[in-house]
Amino acid sequence: MPHDHHDHLSPSGHPFRADDDHPLSYWQTMEIAVRELLIEKGVITAAEIASQIDVMDSRTPANGAAVVARAWTDPDFRAALQHDASVATAEMGFDIGPMKLIAVENTADLHNIVVCTLCSCYPRNLLGLPPDWYKSRAYRSRTVREPRRVLAEFGVTLPETTQIRVHDSTADMRYIVIPARPDGTDGWSKDDLAHLVTRDSMVGTGLPKSPDAPDALA
Amino acid sequence: MTETIPLADGHRWHDMGGAAAGAVPLADHDFALWEKRVDALMILCSAKGHFTVDGLRRVLEDMPPSSFEELSYYERWIASVSQNLVEAGVLTTFEIGERMSAIRERGPTYGDASDG
Repeated sequence: MPHDHHDHLSPSGHPFRADDDHPLSYWQTMEIAVRELLIEKGVITAAEIASQIDVMDSRTPANGAAVVARAWTDPDFRAALQHDASVATAEMGFDIGPMKLIAVENTADLHNIVVCTLCSCYPRNLLGLPPDWYKSRAYRSRTVREPRRVLAEFGVTLPETTQIRVHDSTADMRYIVIPARPDGTDGWSKDDLAHLVTRDSMVGTGLPKSPDAPDALA
Repeated sequence: MTETIPLADGHRWHDMGGAAAGAVPLADHDFALWEKRVDALMILCSAKGHFTVDGLRRVLEDMPPSSFEELSYYERWIASVSQNLVEAGVLTTFEIGERMSAIRERGPTYGDASDG
């Protein structure tokens, strides 16, 4: 396929990574070699790889948004989520496997934010693959030291009276933030509420969209 | 590989919580196919019991600190996946090297060199 440089943005609005256009790299070569050898030896099949990538692509923050919107509207579910988030989300079809998932709720006085200082642990079942910044040295280092400054870089400024609680994930334990339900949404359906729930609001680096936002019902 | 081990405060480099650092880089990118494939190889090989996430991390954490700046996330991952599969006896370094040489002959881009 000829390279088409007219369209620099992917369907999600992000730029394609520059190395898509670069010569074959050493590490890409290693990926091809390992994959081919594993298939030839019968360790895995090409279909399993394709299927795993489909699963990966199907996991988006819409999963987490559905969980949050249900927690906002269904007190029994909210209680179940607080009791055991792994079980409660698995019952919605978002199985986290053997890992423990903990849902932490924001309130008027408390804001939660999630980091993985050691690596990149993230609730992939609810949010998909972690964004680049989540894996960056700056985010991993500073979030546990100066969360208010980190939040400010994401455009989130909270009152000094709001307590900030930082949760450090591990390979076995993942967190999802349940942001506070925005004011002015009384009577909204779960589906409409879910549109207000952004990925960053479930990591704690953002807040839900306002019901007055132009894209609130996008 | 001599620069690795403990930092002055006794933490290894990957244990970076609390360290000083610059602004959070907010740019994001969509994952390339080869990156998704590396992720899938890790998930599938660990699901089949050839190695564990702890094995993945051990190799990542034994890399020198400079690897964090010089290699991308999935570049580090494929290095670790490959190392773990060699340790598990699933692949040999010889056959990986041999195959990599053959792949380079196929063409100049990932699309040319990868059959899928």
